[in-house]
Amino acid sequence: MAFFGKRILSFRNRKKDTPGGLWDSCPSCKEMLYLKEMKEAQGVCTHCSHHFSLPREDRIAMFADAGSFEEWDGDLTSVDTLKFTGTASYTDKLAENLLKTGYKDAISCGKTRVGGFDVGLGVMDFKFLGASMGAVVGEKVTRLIERSTEARMPVLLVCASGGARMYEGLFSLMQMAKTSGALARHAKAGLPYIPILTHPTTAGVMASFATLGDVIIAEPEALIGFAGPRVIKETTQQDLPDGFQRSEFLIKHGLLDMIVHRHDLKQRVVDLLNFWMPESSQRPVPVDGPMGIKQEDVVEAPTKNTPAKRRKS
Amino acid sequence: MSTYVLPFEKTIVELEKKLDELRSFSEDQDLDISSEITKLETKLEKERVSTYENLTAWQKVQMSRHPLRPYTRDYIHKITTKFIEIHGDRLFSDDQAIIGGFAYLDKQKVMILGTQKGRDTKSNLECNFGCPYPEGYRKALRLMKMANKFNVPIITLIDTPGAYPGIESEERHIAEAIAVNLREMFTFSVPIISVVIGEGGSGGALGIGVSNRILVLEHAYYSVISPEGCAAILWKDRSFAEDAAEALKLTAQHLKDSGLADGIIKEPLGGAHRDSDAVAAKMKSSILKHLAELQRMSSQELLEDRYNKFRAMGVFAETPPDESS
Ligand SMILES: [Zn+2]
Repeated sequence: MAFFGKRILSFRNRKKDTPGGLWDSCPSCKEMLYLKEMKEAQGVCTHCSHHFSLPREDRIAMFADAGSFEEWDGDLTSVDTLKFTGTASYTDKLAENLLKTGYKDAISCGKTRVGGFDVGLGVMDFKFLGASMGAVVGEKVTRLIERSTEARMPVLLVCASGGARMYEGLFSLMQMAKTSGALARHAKAGLPYIPILTHPTTAGVMASFATLGDVIIAEPEALIGFAGPRVIKETTQQDLPDGFQRSEFLIKHGLLDMIVHRHDLKQRVVDLLNFWMPESSQRPVPVDGPMGIKQEDVVEAPTKNTPAKRRKS
Repeated sequence: MSTYVLPFEKTIVELEKKLDELRSFSEDQDLDISSEITKLETKLEKERVSTYENLTAWQKVQMSRHPLRPYTRDYIHKITTKFIEIHGDRLFSDDQAIIGGFAYLDKQKVMILGTQKGRDTKSNLECNFGCPYPEGYRKALRLMKMANKFNVPIITLIDTPGAYPGIESEERHIAEAIAVNLREMFTFSVPIISVVIGEGGSGGALGIGVSNRILVLEHAYYSVISPEGCAAILWKDRSFAEDAAEALKLTAQHLKDSGLADGIIKEPLGGAHRDSDAVAAKMKSSILKHLAELQRMSSQELLEDRYNKFRAMGVFAETPPDESS
């Protein structure tokens, strides 16, 4: 796990109590933000569109038609199979992260409905050990894909990862193969897969399921790459180009299909599902629920997908 | 014969030197000191066995990087005949960090490919110290697809510190090149055997490593991250690489014990470079043995075997829902 922690500031963790209410300052534009406002804005700065990291339940709510998410394999727990000897015990790290996040590992998966379509949804959580991929992440992703293949469902994976789960040694690496193998079968069944790359998506996750989508979507200004920028700088002794490994850099090089503002993400996914999936597989959409989307409104691609203002770095 | 001394070989080298001196002294002076010589020989042999049979994880990593160790091209020449090298990814370049082509293993036709290191500055610059660019993985994919088309088994030899972490690598999408190989290697209906012959460095190794059988040389390693990289992150200091190597359980023996490797190919005492013909012969017979087993399977069985092999990798706990509250 190479951590890019300084940029991953969930607004929930940075909140401060002030007489005027809960506020935080945006690391990009330095404007003061009210947390209530921010939550309503799905973790997007109301001034400069900086995308904050989003708690996984908010991310699920963002895509799921109201009340449709049904979690799978939430009980899978990592095991210190190597009896890792080092500066900190893996078991302690796991306990600490369970306490911090309330979850047993770095991904939540399940079946949900998105715009009326049944979808296998996975959401990675950077807050849990840097969303590193160990056996639990690999197994949950694989089961998600396998079950979606069987039920003929599209897969939607919100990706994030700071690196490998070193505590699990080679087992960690092999999850890349395992998940990719499941995707080969899902693709062979003619089913769509959309990875959504959020800040940051790197390393083994990037060199496996994050990159194997039919259409790959990224959020603005997300750090996306195989090797971390620090490693590249150290290895090559070169200065990295401006905006290197950011979404905007990747799309320029033809490595992504689109950069989509968080507010337009669900709509864009629904557009694609509408195009790919048979009409008969679509169920009525609850329009009153949070983020419910009316199908008849789905006509054109949203226009609000211009990348946010470039951050000073 | 070995001009490159690893830190833990110092005592052995000193004894070797002393023995040489003693021998030439006895010749020059025409003295009979054979009992001294025998004593020293016994001592040296004991020292060799106790050192090389008990290498720590870190010592094995050092051994796997020994600059005199046989590399992919050496093994191709030693174990196959009529090698027809195939070049380039047909997209960008011909990455010399991954080489391969058609060849015969005895009478058996194979596609053999692997990551290639260099021995001197010139060859190391050519093959980028065994660190492939995206082109290398795309070249490998082209070769493997061709093997699949002509129904020829695939042998991959792995020896890389990792895929190259550079600006151009990212621009040409190294992550995609590896990911696509991982996915596509699950779709080939021919037998695939991988042999880790030196360094099995992370995603760069796995990028040609999705196989039906994973064999590892006795002093090779296979790891999710280099010991130095792991030490830098978890110990905040690269000099703890020795501790990291131990913790990562990356040796052939560990991998065999945890079910991640199917077989270990024994090396001569002191490492593969001490007798590369012997280790090549062992590798060849091991590959042929596994190949014979795999060739009894149908195409569908081979696909299932490979899928199930990787499907089973990973240890976790699962509390049944009815027991959790
Ligand atoms: Zn802002």
